[in-house]
Amino acid sequence: MNDIITTQSLTKYYDSLLAVDHISMQVKEGEIFGFLGPNGAGKTTTIRMLVGLTTPNEGSATIKGYDIREEIVNVKRCVGVVPETSNLYNELTVWENLRFMAGMYHAPKNEREHRITSLLKTFGLTERRGAKFGGLSKGLKRRATIAAALVHHPDILFLDEPTSGLDVMSARSLRHFLRDLRETGVTVFLTTHYIEEADQLCDRIAIIVKGRIIAVDTPENLKAVIQGTSIIEASFTSKVESIAVEELEAYGKVEVKDNTLWIQVTDVSKSLKALTRFADDHGLEVAYMNTVKPSLEDAFVKLTGVESEIMLMEKERRGGGA
Amino acid sequence: MIRDELEGVWHILLKDLKAYYFKPPNISWGILFPLVLALAFTLRNPAGLAELSPGLIAMAALFGTTSMEAIVITFEKRVGALERLIMAPVSLTTILVGKVLGGAVFGLVIAVVMTLISLIFLNAVVTYPLLFIAVLILTVLAHSALGALVAVSVKEVFEAQTLSNYFRFPMVFLCGVFLPVEAMPFPVQVIAHLFPLTYAVDAFRQVLIGPLYLSLMLRNVTALMVFFTIFLILATKLLKESLE
Repeated sequence: MNDIITTQSLTKYYDSLLAVDHISMQVKEGEIFGFLGPNGAGKTTTIRMLVGLTTPNEGSATIKGYDIREEIVNVKRCVGVVPETSNLYNELTVWENLRFMAGMYHAPKNEREHRITSLLKTFGLTERRGAKFGGLSKGLKRRATIAAALVHHPDILFLDEPTSGLDVMSARSLRHFLRDLRETGVTVFLTTHYIEEADQLCDRIAIIVKGRIIAVDTPENLKAVIQGTSIIEASFTSKVESIAVEELEAYGKVEVKDNTLWIQVTDVSKSLKALTRFADDHGLEVAYMNTVKPSLEDAFVKLTGVESEIMLMEKERRGGGA
Repeated sequence: MIRDELEGVWHILLKDLKAYYFKPPNISWGILFPLVLALAFTLRNPAGLAELSPGLIAMAALFGTTSMEAIVITFEKRVGALERLIMAPVSLTTILVGKVLGGAVFGLVIAVVMTLISLIFLNAVVTYPLLFIAVLILTVLAHSALGALVAVSVKEVFEAQTLSNYFRFPMVFLCGVFLPVEAMPFPVQVIAHLFPLTYAVDAFRQVLIGPLYLSLMLRNVTALMVFFTIFLILATKLLKESLE
């Protein structure tokens, strides 16, 4: 597969703040590429540079061979952008919004009506075509915004936190749609703070921390970062006292929540024996015990040093992107 | 590619007219504003009404173009909708031309209402109709570009309104709307000529009341075109800088 997006030492400062720090990466044609990182890591700023919403201070980038500094209008022709906030026009109907976008992106006139009708059908918006965008629910607004970004048949679709704030069913249906979209050859570049989503959807993931890319690989290869380690999950019939688990820390990192504890270990057999002994010593009755494979989340935490739950809570508290 | 840019201008114009300008409250304000102005001046000076019409039409164009447009652009900046336009494959100039045309069309509607009121109730006469139309179009374009410049240089809607008033009210008093510029002290005359409204009022006076001096009319028309161009270039520059 050819590289459709290439960045070379792409850098962005906001006054003295270094938001994106000399990032270099390649996105292959037809893949779903995830951009994962804690808040303020530079994910949104990177997208903003790539789509011409802000100018890089240093470095270069090309999209489909077009330089983002010199040929930004050509770049814009071949990309569709779904910002984190669904920002179509509240005062226009869904149909009018899509027709406006088709016009602004110079979609062939004789195809506009057909494309819009087809997108409305795909996104389940046919019934709401005459509804004002401002009156739609959050989920429907999201769907309409994505439909608007696809009306000119872009080669690359940028999505900034596509499922943020969506209910479970809407998010699930959107993920299905993105997979289907990849099958049509469209390259998808998405930022997300849902690690599970990145794991399920993306062919490759770049992890960005403090403006720097610290890893780019497939989810499986990223998980291999912590290969050789396993996680033992043990649940007891009564609450586990945090203080008591200190003696288990010799076997690996321990986390406790109510009746359950997790230990990240390298030697499963030895650790299981120690855990059984620990239960006996403290009069705990084991409800169940099993080993789980490390997840992308574990790899992410190891690589970034950021707990993903904290990242999510922080994101929801701020309600915005980097 | 010029065709794509023109198509962009057209779609932005249509979208702005539908989404913002041609809403019932704005239309009624557009009619009410010149009506109240005309009524106020009729009560104040019933004898010299026709002489006031050039100033009233120019003032209606000034307020009609700048008031709504400054709000529209600043509002779109605030909610992120302007970014949607910036992401489209058109130049920043194209975006601003579309925006300026939206404001100009709205200003034109208000100025036409004011003109009709002047013709019907203030006994004004349009001596040179074609020239009048040309002056009217240039006036709304120049002042609409001023509105765009104000809007891109601020962040909030209320800032746009406040900044607009810093220009608008001194212009109303300095630019010959109430008192001919020639009757003002020389330093004030120099300041008056820094504003497009001065040239608009003088041009309207020539085509409505006369006499028509070709050289002066040429100066007025050129000045309005230059103001339009300068305001548009500055607005584009500011918008570009905001992306850096």
